[in-house]
Amino acid sequence: MSLFSRLFSRQRRYNDLSVSIQEHIAERADELVEEGMPRTEAEQKARREFGNVALVEQQSREAWQWPALESIIADLRFALRRLGNSPGFAVTVLLTLAIGIGASTAVFSVINCVLLKPLPYPDSSRLVALRLDAPGAAGLANFTNGLQLSNSMYLTFSDHNQSFSSVGVWYPSKANVTGVAQPEEVNVANISGGVLEALAVPAAQGRLFSAVDQEPNGIKTVILGYGYWQRKFGGDRSVIGRTIQVDSISRQVVGVMPRGFRIVDKDFDLLAPLALDRNHQILAGFGGDGIARLRDGVSIPQANADIARLIPRWMDSWSNGPGSNPHYYEVWRITPNLRLLKQQVIGNIGSVLWVVMSTVGLVMLIACTNVANLLLVRAEGRQQELAIRSALGAGRARIARELLLESVLLGLLGGALSVGVAYGGLRLLTAIGPANLPRLSEISLDATSLAFTFILSVVSGLLFGSIPALRYARGAAAVVIGNADRTASTGRPRQRTRNILVIAQVAMALVLLVSALLMIRTFAALRRVEPGFADVEHIETMSVSIPGMMVANAHAVSQMQNEILAKLAAIPGVVSAGYGEAVPMDETDPNWDTINVEGKIYDGGEGPLRLFNYVSPGYFNTLGTRIVAGRDFNWDDLNNIRPSLIVSDNFARQNWGSASAAIGKRVKKYSGSPWQQVIGVVEDVRVHGADQDAPPIIYWPAMFYDRYSAADEMDGLRTVTYVIHTSRAGTQSLLEEMQKAVWSVSAQLPLASVQTMQQIYGRSMARTSFTLVMLAIAGSMAFALSLIGIYGVISYSVSRRTREIGIRLALGAQKHELRWMFVRSALALTCIGTVIGLAAAASLVRLMKALLFGVSPLDPLTFIVVPLMLGAAAALASYLPARRAAAINPVEALRAE
Amino acid sequence: MAKNPDQRDLFPGALEIMLLQSLRHKPMHGYALAKHIKQVSDELLQVEEGSLYPALQRMLREGWLDAETGISAKGRPTRIYRITEAGTRHLEREVVSFERMFAGITRVLAVAKA
Repeated sequence: MSLFSRLFSRQRRYNDLSVSIQEHIAERADELVEEGMPRTEAEQKARREFGNVALVEQQSREAWQWPALESIIADLRFALRRLGNSPGFAVTVLLTLAIGIGASTAVFSVINCVLLKPLPYPDSSRLVALRLDAPGAAGLANFTNGLQLSNSMYLTFSDHNQSFSSVGVWYPSKANVTGVAQPEEVNVANISGGVLEALAVPAAQGRLFSAVDQEPNGIKTVILGYGYWQRKFGGDRSVIGRTIQVDSISRQVVGVMPRGFRIVDKDFDLLAPLALDRNHQILAGFGGDGIARLRDGVSIPQANADIARLIPRWMDSWSNGPGSNPHYYEVWRITPNLRLLKQQVIGNIGSVLWVVMSTVGLVMLIACTNVANLLLVRAEGRQQELAIRSALGAGRARIARELLLESVLLGLLGGALSVGVAYGGLRLLTAIGPANLPRLSEISLDATSLAFTFILSVVSGLLFGSIPALRYARGAAAVVIGNADRTASTGRPRQRTRNILVIAQVAMALVLLVSALLMIRTFAALRRVEPGFADVEHIETMSVSIPGMMVANAHAVSQMQNEILAKLAAIPGVVSAGYGEAVPMDETDPNWDTINVEGKIYDGGEGPLRLFNYVSPGYFNTLGTRIVAGRDFNWDDLNNIRPSLIVSDNFARQNWGSASAAIGKRVKKYSGSPWQQVIGVVEDVRVHGADQDAPPIIYWPAMFYDRYSAADEMDGLRTVTYVIHTSRAGTQSLLEEMQKAVWSVSAQLPLASVQTMQQIYGRSMARTSFTLVMLAIAGSMAFALSLIGIYGVISYSVSRRTREIGIRLALGAQKHELRWMFVRSALALTCIGTVIGLAAAASLVRLMKALLFGVSPLDPLTFIVVPLMLGAAAALASYLPARRAAAINPVEALRAE
Repeated sequence: MAKNPDQRDLFPGALEIMLLQSLRHKPMHGYALAKHIKQVSDELLQVEEGSLYPALQRMLREGWLDAETGISAKGRPTRIYRITEAGTRHLEREVVSFERMFAGITRVLAVAKA
């Protein structure tokens, strides 16, 4: 008998059975009639002899059933029917669960895709980032990336290492591509040999770079990124072998990378070989990111030791030019500190994500508490029914199973709805999330997330279902059937569970609200910081890059840049304009170099490294950076290439005691260079973000003599960022006029990175604002849910105590006394919850410390304001039902039931 | 199975063997089957209805019986049970097993008597 046919024939079986039994009884009755008994008596006797007909029929049917499964299905159908009968309850619970589970799933997806999943390279656990620490190199090496590699370092490591199967170094840059439709600025990854070998991802079309491509004097080649290939060439396979102009250099396309290929975490339009010339490398130039693939069996400490051994060899193999001391770098105390590549990618986004996960988890718990309360009320309404069933023989397990089944069903239904919420939540998260959220493109709602949704639905169903199940699935002995409410009101113990739940809610809401308020204060503190520039909504920035192949002569380049500047300044509505190598907070550091102050002696012979910027006249004025002493550059200084410089306020105070004392003092870049004179001091600028200290900055004029030699050879910047102060910043019309201005000077120049300072500033605050938004949302949801919880408890209490209230009123209680009675109970609950919550918050906020700025984790103002706020809201929430209680008509209350 | 302490329960499987054998002899409906066993055993065995019908359904599920619509002796519509091939095979196996058990018991009792 196959399962299938069994299911179909079951009804027929039941039918047959019924007929058989009825016929059996009828035949026996006939027999008895033949023996002389009257018909009715015969039928009764036949029936009695048979036994309990219904029971026998049921037992016979069981041959065709799977009893356990049948009863579970019956329970489920019953639960569904009951849910259908109370749509208000069902909708409330399902909505609450859908939002809670959906939000949790969305955040989990982000954590899974960003933190937990391995990088998309074969055997990615063997990939390491070649991080070097250099505690003696001051400003150059105190970023999250440590000291970056120079080309000579790469060559030494590559030639002599024993730990890596491949090692390489790469630099991101931008380039102008011409000869393909409009001139466009693209992202280029300049990679040395070993990078593609380490990542071990094969090309989608054509081939990868080989040693031939890295020859400095060979044919110049390039590999396209997948997105760029689709966009610009429409996925045309014949692109292999074609030539494109990159920064006015002809490069032959030899391959295309597969879709989704990234170097570490960045997407690139083009990959170009570094093609290093071994004969022209120097020690310095620390700007490359190193990647390597560890050999089998080699651990990171072993690789660290290997590289440490190669550092002195590097210093011996190369030099910085005649007369320089290669072993100067010993001052820097360069130590290898290799990290798993995945760790490098994730950086410290992990702390933010875990904070977000915890807050969402707390909100989920609060939602479950609310649902548990609702279920408790419902179970209380079913008490009579459950008591009767218990008396009829249902065991504790049986009743508990039914209650749990109902709550798991609710959980699963909520979970099914939550998938939609999770999807929407993910879209929202990726839209408002920090722009530098790593692996952003990999975030999606995949099988793991759905499994998480399922598990969370079941677990939360069990969790909030266990509370009514524990309370109401009692044995027959403890049951009270009948009108228990006749004499008094609800006894104290009945409400205890609900009260505990509300207290838990209040405590959790308090923790969330404290965190949210701390973040609000952090955000406010960050905004109050004086960043060193002003009026960000009205400053437009744009960068333009003039490649060497287009205009070789540095003087001509500067002329072009100045022409463009003049045209930009002439646009109607532009108040002032200027340009520089970088603008604050744009996440690039143009240059760090040594600076020697006249009269000071330094260890190692050279001064410390300081951040350099190269600016035009008007740069400071446009940005709103105040000039504290002295004056700005003027065109005279630039055109005559005067040896002058401007320094930041903190540098002036560090070296000469005050800003005014700095004017006229002399510095030089390194021992062999000529003296330069300080002509002005500007206020500090927080170029690394509002929460970072302002570094000392040296500003040079944009036209200067060559950086590394003393010869009278003028040099300028190839890439400059223009800043324009105008009320029209951010508008399309301004953009068009800017384009016209640039193209009137040269039609080949693309505009790049057009954005307002507002956008740049916003991005630097992105991590904080993201956390803030998340916590604010979570905090408000928690707040609302807790208030609903308090309202619910008090409201329910009022309805249960109607008779008591009626009695009190009849005996002469004042209305306001009654109201106060209920409000007081709510405040008592809130108080206890607050105390617990404050204790929890005090211990948990230490975890948030990394995200806070300008406010201590145990900020007294926050810890006072939040409880007061919560108390006031609780009082209000309980006042409404309390008012209802006082409005009860005692006659009706006593008459009811 | 026993309604009062004077009667003894049959060993497991006994009811099935007897039902199968009876039905092998002649396909019958439920009431006739109960009467048949009572008569043939000279009233030494009585099948209770509370055991008969569940046993019949179990055997139907196992595939040892078929049920088909028929007419009872009194002319009423009923279901007639008939043994199947599989049922026959099962019956023969069980009978062999039963006889061996019975032989064993007999021998032990014979020793005890002697």
